[in-house]
Amino acid sequence: MIRFTDVTFAYSDSDQPTLRHVDLTIGEGEFCLVVGTTGSGKSTLLGAINGLVPHFTGGHLSGAVTIDGRSTRDHPPRELADLVGMVGQNPSATFVTDVVEDELAYAMENLGVTPTAMRRRVEDTLDLLGLHELRHRSLLTLSGGQQQRVAIGAVLTASPRVLVLDEPTSALDPAAAEEVLATLTRLVHDVGMTVVIAEHRLERVVPFADRVILVPGSGEDLIVGRPQEVMAESPVAPPIVELARMAGWEPIPLSVRDARRMAGPLRRRLAGLEAGLPASSLPGAMPEPLAAAERVSSAYGSVMALNRIDLGIRRGEVVAIMGRNGSGKSTLLGLLAGLRKPTKGRVKIDGQEPGDLPPRKLIKLVGLVPQDAAVLLYCSSVADECEAVDRESGLLPGTTASTLDRVLPGVPRHHHPRDLSEGQRLALALAVILAPAPPLVLLDEPTRGLDYPSKDRLVSLLQELAADGHGVVLATHDVELVARVADRAVVLAEGEVVSDGAAREVVCHSPVFAPQVAKVLAPETWLTVDEVRAALTASVR
Amino acid sequence: MAVAAVRTTNPMLLVLIAVVVVFVVAARRSSAPWSRSLAVFFRLGLIVIAIRVVVEVVFGLRLPGNVLFALPRVPLPAWAAGVSIGGPVTVESVLQAAVDGLRLAVILLCFGAANSLASPYRLLRCLPTVLYEAGVAVTVALTFAPEVVIALGTTRDARRLRGRPTRGIAGLRGLAIPVLEGALDRSLQLAASMDARGYGRRFVAPTHRRVATGASALGLLLVMVGVFGALDPGSVPAGGIPILAVGSVLLAIGMTAGGRRSPRTRYRPDVWRLPEWGVVLSGCAVLGTFVVAGVAGVPGLQFTAYPLHAPILPVVLCIGILVGLLPAALAPSPGGPGHRGLDPTSVEAEPRPSAGVTGAPR
Repeated sequence: MIRFTDVTFAYSDSDQPTLRHVDLTIGEGEFCLVVGTTGSGKSTLLGAINGLVPHFTGGHLSGAVTIDGRSTRDHPPRELADLVGMVGQNPSATFVTDVVEDELAYAMENLGVTPTAMRRRVEDTLDLLGLHELRHRSLLTLSGGQQQRVAIGAVLTASPRVLVLDEPTSALDPAAAEEVLATLTRLVHDVGMTVVIAEHRLERVVPFADRVILVPGSGEDLIVGRPQEVMAESPVAPPIVELARMAGWEPIPLSVRDARRMAGPLRRRLAGLEAGLPASSLPGAMPEPLAAAERVSSAYGSVMALNRIDLGIRRGEVVAIMGRNGSGKSTLLGLLAGLRKPTKGRVKIDGQEPGDLPPRKLIKLVGLVPQDAAVLLYCSSVADECEAVDRESGLLPGTTASTLDRVLPGVPRHHHPRDLSEGQRLALALAVILAPAPPLVLLDEPTRGLDYPSKDRLVSLLQELAADGHGVVLATHDVELVARVADRAVVLAEGEVVSDGAAREVVCHSPVFAPQVAKVLAPETWLTVDEVRAALTASVR
Repeated sequence: MAVAAVRTTNPMLLVLIAVVVVFVVAARRSSAPWSRSLAVFFRLGLIVIAIRVVVEVVFGLRLPGNVLFALPRVPLPAWAAGVSIGGPVTVESVLQAAVDGLRLAVILLCFGAANSLASPYRLLRCLPTVLYEAGVAVTVALTFAPEVVIALGTTRDARRLRGRPTRGIAGLRGLAIPVLEGALDRSLQLAASMDARGYGRRFVAPTHRRVATGASALGLLLVMVGVFGALDPGSVPAGGIPILAVGSVLLAIGMTAGGRRSPRTRYRPDVWRLPEWGVVLSGCAVLGTFVVAGVAGVPGLQFTAYPLHAPILPVVLCIGILVGLLPAALAPSPGGPGHRGLDPTSVEAEPRPSAGVTGAPR
């Protein structure tokens, strides 16, 4: 179906090719997962399938990419629209019209499908993706998961034979992500669609994949194989695979079900051991609350985003706020960061109301890293950015630069922030926020688009911050991150606190939020592979 | 209605027009986001009146009349002869200015009403196939506006997080560049998405199509000039009506020629039925009354403040304006059965925080 013959591609502004001598064949009806670290060329590989690379991005491509016999050399993306459907990371940026139904029909209008066929296909797609109740809704009012499903539907109506998705679930909560992935597997099994998907959070997709393509980056050869084979040696692997490697399971299980069937002996070995770190081992945990929200409500127009929330954050504590998209997580962070004032109730940080402070004082009290860290950065190079922060916040020259080195050493100083990798950009944004040394640090979806090494760095950084006596609040969908760093977890639903307690209890008892290790080892409450490893080595000694 | 407002300077008639417009909107608007634009335009209208009066008071030509109060006259150098600042202010000039402002305000209100009653997207759906490309460009621009508002909020929040001023000129300068950058990014992504979804696939012989597009664009231009001429006799040398006619013919030719062989199909086009015709006819009736009255010279159509007098209320024109009320009953109700309006559910969706770094769901 898709054939890459000796493909080498380099962007025009770099002398290093992103892809080098790629030979790859993807057959009809395959569910293919593309993995690799950030900036390794995953997106380039995907873009080459429908010709957006190089027709839209520029650069030089040698070799040939053919889709069902049509070469991207002779056919620009629009001529392949009836063959390849492409769904990006950010669905709202790709919407052309304003209403769900029109968006679904758009590609067909371009292809000149007759009105009767068009009507039928729109209805079919609405049913297939469960969108029929949303058909007249404005696209702007949909939730993230719904938007992503519409984006998939919008390319499906053109009845393509290949579906290419670039991190389709990165912005979605666990439930919405499941929903999208379930849709994809259904398309593969029921319609025989060929699906090529790139994804960072492997734990979500690996169980469904027929084949895995590992892009090692810096132009090295691709590693292609069955998921079990590739996962056994991949530098990026979901927790379940790491657990399997540690326990020496063979073949490597990919789904929770497979792993549970092998995990009997391990569970028995762990049964007598102390589950994870005891609470007292949190080094900097001090009793007095650093920040508090007292019966806080916040409303957008007539819609209540938050309803009488009580929340205290202590120094040295990492609090994870979870909940589905639109449950009020971001609003709560906005209140704590002083971006908006509560409609009712009070927010206090160190005895001051953040909403009333002038910006200069505010940044010494609380720092927020927004979902899209890039919005914080607007200088033309990393070095300028650091100097600007020092100057504006009245810090000693060099403070921000040294903070950046502490967060992530080796960020190139002359690069434009846009040219940094996702992990480097987050590090820079964190440095910008941390330089004035605010006692309270807030992060909104910090792991979005981060690969496993960057995530590891983030985890250790957050632990250092907490150990230094900072209060840290995360709003996140990433249950594995919560399992690794959070002391406390707060689950929000419809603007109310559903549960608030030690992360271990909250997370392990929820079927949606439980991390993979917890699912495999239930009823024992283990959260991470590291915990299990530490406990096992301790018990051997 | 807007045309009617241009044709009269009688304040009573203007107010009547405004009332009719607001009534129709109140009766027939849907709950979609753009429906709120009437209030915006209303406020804009008030500002226009205020500015017009202030300008008149400060700079206005000093016409003789009852002096209201006097401002100190600022002496100006010789090259600025003809412009005066300050001096005595007369009741007549202020009144005249207020009526002028009112006229402009009512025109604005009419546009606001049109805006709040019709989805801009649905208007674009009515565009003939030949102009499809232009239509898509406009749609994209329209979708873009709310995105810019969100981007503005995000950037302002980001500046606050960085401890920078969010108000004043410094704040404004820091806002513009990131917002524009975001806008460019988005348009590139959108272009890629449109291309990947088959936008601009070519089926027709290019020359044929280009001629058709050219003809219709030229026709559209002429129609615009013609309308302008019809609104303001004397501004266009050849007179508005002939140009309008030529333009219309050209437009029609271009559209049929281009549309006949276009491969593009349309999904569930809007149907043009009796109620729609009713609305159009009643609009024409209002316009007709005013044009006829203008030609026949019905007293009261024009109002001047010299000498000072109360405006008279011509009955014929009042009836003409009241015809404009008909659409309130005739027009299909939004979201009604069989009509493909926006569902009322579209607004009571989940909260979409309009601004905020933290609050922009993607």
